[in-house]
Amino acid sequence: MSAPDRSSQFTTSDLSHQYQFSPKGSDTLPRALMFLAVAIIMAILAVILIDVIIGGIGTISWEFLSSPPEQGMEAGGIFPAIFGTLMLVILMVIAVVPIGVFTAVYLQEYTDPQSKLTRLLRIAINNLAGVPSIVFGLFGLGFFIGFVGGNLDKLFYPESGPVWGQPAVIWASLTMALLTLPVVIVSTEEALRAIPRELKEASYALGATKLQTIFRVILPQAMPGIFTGGILAVGRGAGEVAPIMFTGAAYYLPYLPAKLNDQFMVLGYHTYVMATQSPDVEKTKPILYGTVLVLLMLTFLLNFVAVLLRSKIRTRRISA
Amino acid sequence: MDRYQFKPKSKVREFIGEKLIALTALAALIGIVLIFVFIFKESIPIFVDKATQEEVTIDRMVFKQTFYEDEDAKWIWQPNSDIPKYSLMPLFIGTLKAAIIAMLFATPLGVMAAIYTSEFASKRTKEIIKPVIELLAGIPSVVLGFFALIVLATFLQNAFGLTFRLNALNAGLALGITIIPVIFTISEDAMTAVPQSLRDAAIALGANPWQVSFTMVLPAAMPGIAAGIVLGFGRAIGETMIVLMASGNAAISSLSFTDSIRTFSATIAAELAEVVFGSPHYSVLFLIGTLLFVFTFLTNLSGDIILTKLRERLQGRMS
Repeated sequence: MSAPDRSSQFTTSDLSHQYQFSPKGSDTLPRALMFLAVAIIMAILAVILIDVIIGGIGTISWEFLSSPPEQGMEAGGIFPAIFGTLMLVILMVIAVVPIGVFTAVYLQEYTDPQSKLTRLLRIAINNLAGVPSIVFGLFGLGFFIGFVGGNLDKLFYPESGPVWGQPAVIWASLTMALLTLPVVIVSTEEALRAIPRELKEASYALGATKLQTIFRVILPQAMPGIFTGGILAVGRGAGEVAPIMFTGAAYYLPYLPAKLNDQFMVLGYHTYVMATQSPDVEKTKPILYGTVLVLLMLTFLLNFVAVLLRSKIRTRRISA
Repeated sequence: MDRYQFKPKSKVREFIGEKLIALTALAALIGIVLIFVFIFKESIPIFVDKATQEEVTIDRMVFKQTFYEDEDAKWIWQPNSDIPKYSLMPLFIGTLKAAIIAMLFATPLGVMAAIYTSEFASKRTKEIIKPVIELLAGIPSVVLGFFALIVLATFLQNAFGLTFRLNALNAGLALGITIIPVIFTISEDAMTAVPQSLRDAAIALGANPWQVSFTMVLPAAMPGIAAGIVLGFGRAIGETMIVLMASGNAAISSLSFTDSIRTFSATIAAELAEVVFGSPHYSVLFLIGTLLFVFTFLTNLSGDIILTKLRERLQGRMS
């Protein structure tokens, strides 16, 4: 840690000028101005929510949720898109949670926070969180489909057409897993930091090794945090479109995906297609609004649960 | 009690376990390296392959070109015409325009809301504002794109009598909605981290709450606000679905905020599906991806460095 730089901002000479406060200064006006910004942000959220709810609520019915699209998406429901979204996020969670949790365990339990490797890992994680989602899409196409899938085909199916080297739900899920990895790591790390040291010491005192302590004491204690991370990742993955446009999402499929190398329909991509490529926007509008409402409610619900869980963890830490 | 009865385990097992965990932890690092390698790899033909260079070179992507006789040299992006034109300038201008509008909209709102939340709001108000901002951050970008396309575009066109329904202003404002939470969260964190002793000193000198926040907290938290703006700008440059749906996607080189635009990210999203694998056009799209990756990598890194320095300084001052 470098020495605090006191000279740059506070010197005795400017103290006398800069910090002479006129006693009459009222703070009503600036305070109202700052509050106005908060009010505008809340109004933006309210306008979006109200518009989507009013536009979509009339469309939502059991039939809409349980039947496939008909007549070029001008009628029918969105069941295949809901099914595809669930399949995508389930496969994604299976991939991202173990990797994210072990990364967090490694960072918190094994390494010295000042070491070069730890710093490098932290830079990588922070930057991974900032890579544009369309770049993940390019990566999924170039790496998973072109490189991994293409080589699998060369090895096992040299005679037939592409089996793995084409857009598929497995590649879309793995691309999304990489995108949501930082979310799981950060959330798990927070949970690990909250575990009292006495717990670990007690475990060691009972003769446990480090690995036994991690698997039987630390990880069970960190479960709520891991769960939060998983939910946040699902919320993010369910709404992202750019990473899966080229790696597996389909405009329309007459069947549900059943194998890992099938393509799939998904709520976000369905929204994009209906909003931009529909021949008659007015006719698809009710279904479009209905789809957006389902997608928005899904992501809000997930985020809401995650926020609740997290605040519960935080209160527990304070009371402990 | 059975759960906590530990049988002694071999050192070999401990060793293998630790190595496996360490190996998994490298995934993020390997991931980011692979992203760069595999995207850059596909754009290499532009630099080395003779056949590709017949169609597109760095020169032609940057400088104005003459395509037909007795016409002035121009920047044109038309990769699918008889004479493919690959000038990146219209896309660069479009990307910058959308990002600038987004920043002009989001920065004042985000920073002012952060000041209110950290300096003036009661604990209960804080507990309302923060989840609301998190909710805003949780809106999928495709939903914001949809909203801008269907609702905001019509509103703006009627309000200002615009020629193009989908334009830079429409896309920029919608983009700003995703940037507000970024700037708010980082600024608010930085202000909350300013030590109480600084505030106490100002109060002792007779400052009212407003003067405390403006002369003490804001200057001390300024690097944090700057980091928020840098990170928000990186997001604005890379965000895809909103601009793809709300900007009109016409590659026009103009300075007007009410013309349609086509951004780097939207170009990749709109064209990659139809492009021939390995063609010059394909390489150019991956080069654009590389540019986006490098740019956001730099904004993230600088935002990170600023925040780390600020944290160290504020903690140092406390002691």
